[in-house]
Amino acid sequence: MLTFKNVTKLYHTGDTAIKEVNMVIKPKEFVSIVGHSGAGKTTLLKLILGEETPTEGEITFEDMNIHKLKRKNINQYRRRVGTIFQDFRLLPDKTAYENVAFAMEAAGRTDKEIEEDVPHALELVGLKHKSHNFPHELSGGEKQRVAIARAIVNQPDMIIADEPTGNLDPVNTYEIIQLLKKINDLGTTILLTTHNVGVVDHVGKRVITVKDGKLALDSVEGKYIL
Amino acid sequence: MIITKLRRTIKSGAVSFWRNGSVSLASVLILTVTLTVMASIFFSGVVLSSTLNTIKSKVDVNIYFADGTDEKSIYEVQNLIKQNADVATVDYISREKALEVFKQRHQDEDATLQALSEIGDNPLPASLNVKAKDPSKYDAIVTYINQVARNNDKEKIISKINYTKNKEAIDSLSRIINASNRMGTMIGIFFILVSILITFNTVRLAIYIFREEIAVMRLVGASEAYIKGPFVTVGILYGLVSGMLSVIVLLPMTQAIGVWTEKLGTGINLFSYYQDNIVMIIICATVSGAILGAISSFLAIRKYLKI
Repeated sequence: MLTFKNVTKLYHTGDTAIKEVNMVIKPKEFVSIVGHSGAGKTTLLKLILGEETPTEGEITFEDMNIHKLKRKNINQYRRRVGTIFQDFRLLPDKTAYENVAFAMEAAGRTDKEIEEDVPHALELVGLKHKSHNFPHELSGGEKQRVAIARAIVNQPDMIIADEPTGNLDPVNTYEIIQLLKKINDLGTTILLTTHNVGVVDHVGKRVITVKDGKLALDSVEGKYIL
Repeated sequence: MIITKLRRTIKSGAVSFWRNGSVSLASVLILTVTLTVMASIFFSGVVLSSTLNTIKSKVDVNIYFADGTDEKSIYEVQNLIKQNADVATVDYISREKALEVFKQRHQDEDATLQALSEIGDNPLPASLNVKAKDPSKYDAIVTYINQVARNNDKEKIISKINYTKNKEAIDSLSRIINASNRMGTMIGIFFILVSILITFNTVRLAIYIFREEIAVMRLVGASEAYIKGPFVTVGILYGLVSGMLSVIVLLPMTQAIGVWTEKLGTGINLFSYYQDNIVMIIICATVSGAILGAISSFLAIRKYLKI
């Protein structure tokens, strides 16, 4: 599904963020990417989202080289990839419902589809009763649930979650990971970056360890080892 | 789908305009100042042009006739002059009419009226007042009058043609007004450019606040047009509201100086002009505001769409 071929990313400062990375993510996999701060986890995700361009090598999603896509096709590609961030990144002047609906509107869905799917997505994350609340009226855990609803509402092929539990307490962390596992069980590929040992061990699936921009370890049912 | 997208864009822009009230208020106020400055410069131009036209319309040629000239001869001269294509009007002012006008003009000056009554007889001559279609043709018209008088043996009955005296004063006034108009336009353009720059920067600052959200929109796969649309809508709304506000602000301003502009002999009462052209002024203010707001938003957002 997602393939990295000899991918290297150098920044303008000359720092190497990623060095000669080769990996394959298969459909329906749940992959945790772990590593210290600055190891290159976020750069990996930015490269997958097309936010950054590799200095060398290529990243393909199915048969598409992500960084050779035109603007219009990049948008279409991004609609197939749901994103969840540590800082939630919700649109502050939109309600929970509108935040989720925005992703569908951006994908060109009809009003009928939006009216049917948004409440369903919010229900799935347990926030249907807070549809009309603005982000500042929600707790950290609730904001992240809205972000998850936004990520899944277009039924993406893959979800990228960048430290989604970084700002959450243990109870919310557990619930968010349970949600991601549930989404994975329904057939969506999950790519999760985290620092949290408990999260990785709880998921109990494939773990890729990144160290100094290189893939240090890739274990199928791994644990957090550094 | 296009209609759905348009509806969503307008709705999203309108909701954003309302929910981000303080940002909208700041942008609207700046844009209102810009539009008011632009309108004030336009009105200055209107007043100056009107003044110039008023002065130009005061240029005329008066042909005074010798005492005892019969009306029939005067009418003959009038008809001959009317045949010239450059002449707009030729009005006959009889001695009685001239006296009446004189008395009316000097009705508050007792000494003048007393001096007139002491003379006893009407000292004012009959005259023809000639106006040209184009003020630059007066020289040619005066030459024509002299020629017609000579050819038709009317030289004796014409005592005086006064034109050259007025001409110099009017020419010099016209030059002053033209120079002020040019200078006003240059200063106006400068102020308009400064105002546009301030508006542009205000809108850019307003959009800067939303840079994170723009990045999020990009990452959920929104197209450039879909992201730009609501911001451009907000820019248009800034312009429409500012346009209406500037029309409201200009109302008491023109009212305050309306009578003053009239008394200065500009030939125009700015307040009356404002009232007479209110629909056109509203359209111009709102449309130019909307264009300014839309272009500012469009240009400002480009910077944040690179992700």
